[in-house]
Amino acid sequence: MQEEDNRNCGCMYNMMNTNYTSNSNNDMSDCECDKFNQTREEMMERIKCLNFAIIELGLYLDTHVDDERAICLHRKYCKEYRELTDKYQKIYGPLTIHFPCNKWRWIEEPWPWERGNF
Amino acid sequence: MIFGTEELAHLEMVGTIVHQLTKNASIEEIEAAGLGAYYTDHGVDVYPQSAAGMPFSASVLACKGDAIANLQEDLAAEQKARATYEKLIDLCRDNPDVVDPLKFLREREIVHFQRFGEALRGVQDKLAEKKFYMNCDNMNTNMYK
Repeated sequence: MQEEDNRNCGCMYNMMNTNYTSNSNNDMSDCECDKFNQTREEMMERIKCLNFAIIELGLYLDTHVDDERAICLHRKYCKEYRELTDKYQKIYGPLTIHFPCNKWRWIEEPWPWERGNF
Repeated sequence: MIFGTEELAHLEMVGTIVHQLTKNASIEEIEAAGLGAYYTDHGVDVYPQSAAGMPFSASVLACKGDAIANLQEDLAAEQKARATYEKLIDLCRDNPDVVDPLKFLREREIVHFQRFGEALRGVQDKLAEKKFYMNCDNMNTNMYK
């Protein structure tokens, strides 16, 4: 476990486990193979998890600016978040208004308070 | 600022709970729930007011231009929010769909309290540091001699 984490991002810390991936290997950070078969719900769940972890690490880092493990995790999750949201938005439409699209898809989905977005 | 952004998202969550609980409610149900006065003023729109009907006002917030006072204010606000969520959880104990997000929101207040506490400690440590004063005029003069 520690070896895998070291190899991936230079730290020994793995906050999030692989509940949302089909790969039984615990190392999920750099492995693309387990992301191809994700359903829309699984992708959204993962995006929400990453988003939350990034915000939480951000709050922590504001008062612990020298914590290398936290900086490393933040970098790792930001990378996965960027890749996954990019993939999601290309298939299912914009998650935020900052994603360009040829056809205006922003108002297609129900709002969260209308029980949209799972 | 980042806390404020998150708190606005929490306002959306609480508003969503209210919206979903009152959606398609009959007039009889609204009256029975004690929402007759609210319905008269706001229908089933989501309006930012206290449980006792007082509209939200910035007068409940304080910015004193003083790091210690501001952080103590923030810390108190997080505790007041935590206590409010606990009272709401007591009142909604039979509805897990309401209690679960309230428990999440309560946890966030505790995390914010921790982070504000660390910030306060940082400010206090900084203020307690021994101070050194340098006379820049002399320094420059000496440098160019």
